[in-house]
Parts: sequence; C-alpha cells; structure tokens
Amino acid sequence: MLTYFRNLGLGLVTVLNSMGVAWRHLFTRSVTLQYPTVKWQMPEGSRMRLFNKIEDCIGCGQCARVCPTDCITIQTEKRGKDEPEIFASDGTVIKLRTYVFDIDMTRCCYCALCTFPCPTLCLVMTGAYEYSVYDKDEHIYHFAKDKPLTIKAPKVLSTDKA
Amino acid sequence: MESIAQLLRLIPKYEAFPQLVQALLPMLVSCVLIFAVLALAVLFAVWLERKVSAHIQDRLGPMYVGGWHGWAQTLADALKLLLKEDIVPASTDRILYKMAPYIVFLGAFAAFVVVPFGASSFVTDLNIGILYVVAVGSLSVVGIIMAGWASNNKYSLYGGMRAAAQIISYEIPSAIAIMAVVIPAGSLSMVEIVNAQKGGIQNWFVFRNPFIFLAFIVYFVASLAEVNRTPFDIPEAESELVAGYHTEYSGMRFAFFFLAEYANMFLVASVAATLFLGGWTQLLPASIAPQILPGPVLFFGKVLVLIFIQMWLRWSLPRVRVDQLMYLSWKVLLPISLVLVLGVGWLAVDW
Repeated sequence: MLTYFRNLGLGLVTVLNSMGVAWRHLFTRSVTLQYPTVKWQMPEGSRMRLFNKIEDCIGCGQCARVCPTDCITIQTEKRGKDEPEIFASDGTVIKLRTYVFDIDMTRCCYCALCTFPCPTLCLVMTGAYEYSVYDKDEHIYHFAKDKPLTIKAPKVLSTDKA
Repeated sequence: MESIAQLLRLIPKYEAFPQLVQALLPMLVSCVLIFAVLALAVLFAVWLERKVSAHIQDRLGPMYVGGWHGWAQTLADALKLLLKEDIVPASTDRILYKMAPYIVFLGAFAAFVVVPFGASSFVTDLNIGILYVVAVGSLSVVGIIMAGWASNNKYSLYGGMRAAAQIISYEIPSAIAIMAVVIPAGSLSMVEIVNAQKGGIQNWFVFRNPFIFLAFIVYFVASLAEVNRTPFDIPEAESELVAGYHTEYSGMRFAFFFLAEYANMFLVASVAATLFLGGWTQLLPASIAPQILPGPVLFFGKVLVLIFIQMWLRWSLPRVRVDQLMYLSWKVLLPISLVLVLGVGWLAVDW
C-alpha cells in the first residue's frame, strides 16, 4: 500500500518535472536557421568551391599535376618576345598565356592539395557552397580569359585528359 | 437552437415557409454553425500543435505559408488533402471502410450539441446533457474499430483493438469524475452546471473543494486517454503500428480522422472547461471587475488553455506501455475517482 502511494507521488513528480523541462525549452531560442533567407556563415578556411584569380596565374600547371582526380585542365602557350612583360601581383613574371583553365567541380574531391603548390597563391578554395545548376556541364568553371594566338583553341573544352 | 430559431424568424416571410422547413432549418443552421466553428478551431489547433511542439523541441515549426509564422499552413494542408486521391485498398470491407471516418467524427460533432458556448449560444439544453456527451462521445470507438477492421490490415486492427480497450477503460474514471461535479450542481444539464458556477473564479467547481480539484485532474488524465493523445497514444503508436487504425486511409478520409481527433480534443477540453472551469462565466465577480468579455470568448479562452496543456503534456512525456495504461486506469484512476465522489458527496450533505 505504501509503495502504491509512493509510486503515485513519484509519477506525479516526474510528470511535473518533465513538464518543467518542456516549459523551459518552449521559450529558449530555437536553433533553426531559415536557410534560403538566412545563410550559414562558413568558417575561415572552408574547403568549398575552387576559385582561380586568373590575373595572377602563371600557368605553371602544378595544381593540375597534383590533383588526384584530374579535375583541373590547363592549356598554355608561350607569350611572344615582343609582347610587354606582365607580372602577377606578387611580382612573378608571367611567361605563359593561359587560354584554358577549367575546373570540373563534379570531380573535385575538396582535398585542397592544388592550392598548396600554387606559387602565386592564385588558386584558393572559397566558402561558396551553393552551386546547384540545371546542367552538369555548368559545374565546369572556366577561368581563362585570354585567347590563344598561335594555336587554335578547341571549340568544346573537355576536361578528359585521356 | 431556440436562439437560432429566433434569429431565423427575422427573415422576411419566415412564417410563410412550409412547416417542415421551419422545423428543419434551425437544425441545419446549427449543424453548419457547429461544423464551421469546429473546423476553424481544428485548423487553428493543428497549427498551434505544430508550433508548440516545434518550440518545445527548439525548432520553429511552419514559418512560410501565409506570412506570419505560417498561419495558413494547415489551410494549405487541408486543401492538399481535399485534392488527393481517395484510395480504397482492394481487399477492404468497402462499406465499413468508407463509413468509418464519418462515424468517428460524428461522435465528437454530435456531442457539441449540448455544449454551451455562451449564455444563450448553445444548440439545445438537454436535461441529461453530460450523460449525452459521455454516451455520444463513446460512439467514436465504434468508428475506430470499424476503420481497423475494414482496412484488412493487421496494424489497423491492432490499433482499433487497442483504441477500444483504452477508450472503454478510461470512460469509467472520467464518467465518475464527472459525477463529482454533478453532485454539487444537482443537475446533469450542461447549462445548469454552468449556471451553478456563476460569479467569478471562486465559484468554479475546481476551486470549490479539494475533492473536485482532484476530480478535475482525474478527468483530465482520463480524457487524454479517451482522445488517444500522448502519453496514451498507443492506438496510433507510430513506432509500433505504422499509424494505427487509419494506416490505410488517404486523402479526405484521412483528413476526417485528423479532424475527428482534434474535434475530440476540443470536446474533452470543452467539457472540462464547462464542468470544472465555469464554462462561459466571467473570471472575476461583478463587484471587482466590469464583465466586458463576452461569454464565448471566455469559453474558447479556457478551452484553449486546456488544449495547450494537452499539447504541453504530449510533447513532454513518452508513451506508456499497454499494461501501464491499464494499470493507471483500473488501479489508480478508478479507485481515486470513487473515493473522490464519496468525498464530494460527504461534503455535499448538509450534516
């Protein structure tokens, strides 16, 4: 009989306790972030979409060589002797004209190995994480701006090296 | 219905209508009114449930539809359910399957006939009002078993059987707890019971004496079980029975089960508010504060407070086991309610 009433009291107390916890949570700030209107602030050094500042790129191709998934395609030609000398922002002379610098983000494994060998620090991983598109080919980002002078550039730029 | 009939007499040439129309029109109008009020209340309650549950779980809940905190979310959901395909599985008992949602809803809907929303806003004043509510309210068990049986699905049948066992068990303590109010009120009529509580908060039956206060708690717990709400939601335990007795239902028939569930919530909350919290009567006596709030507003306010407590309980407690459920009904609530009725009777007798 005593345990019966003790259990009854215990049940009542635990119910009230849990209601108290629920009441406290009713007024705590909710953790939901309303995504499309409010966006996550990515932490510094986040490894998201690759970006190449083509003005600083010397076309050395070290990034393409180190890439484990071969997602970077670079095609260059030598700049003519008569052309004026141009420099990257850290003073390195740019001797090659990069007319193809494509990064296929569908193949990127976000290892960021390509950013370390870059001598002019022009290839970086940015914090951009929204890049859904309607066509898969739109994930191939074309960074090169120059046109080749001596070689005719291929019409359709394929990232396949084979 | 008398007040509605009086309002209808304002229609020009109402006396010239056929006798049958004059007899049936007030009924029809009151049915439509109750259905409209109930449907709106249910839409609001579903929205409130989603918001309360979300905030208790540190979420936000619906935020987009309609603009302000997703107020139109349930409206959109109801429209969606209306437009969805009404699937009747191949091996069901078609007639029972199609009837079940309406019978479940009928139980809650018909009971509202005697609930006084205000001093004169009630459909009819039966002299056995509360008995009628208890009787008609248990009609939904029939519909639930029909749904479970006709679905030809073991989970549905389990859900239906569990619902029947649970609702029938919990009707006994809840009915006896109601007796604790009927004794001091001296009447079974809902209107009379509310009239007995006029004159402010100290006249409400909950605060009359400790026995009735405990009876209120007993009624509240038993009513939670009667409307299959957590912590007593074993008839529709998602983790065990898919969705319980309405597993096979889709579209508008599913919406009707949903409507019935929330209408039942409103019913038990209205009955609790009418019997224990003074129904539409004012909070403070006329000598202290001016009585400006109209009765229906007070009534719905009290009902909403009770519904909020139901939701609060739902989102703070886990589900009880079947044996615990039966233990609580037969070994805890039933003896306690019997003792409470004895106590109330002892106090009611003028020694």
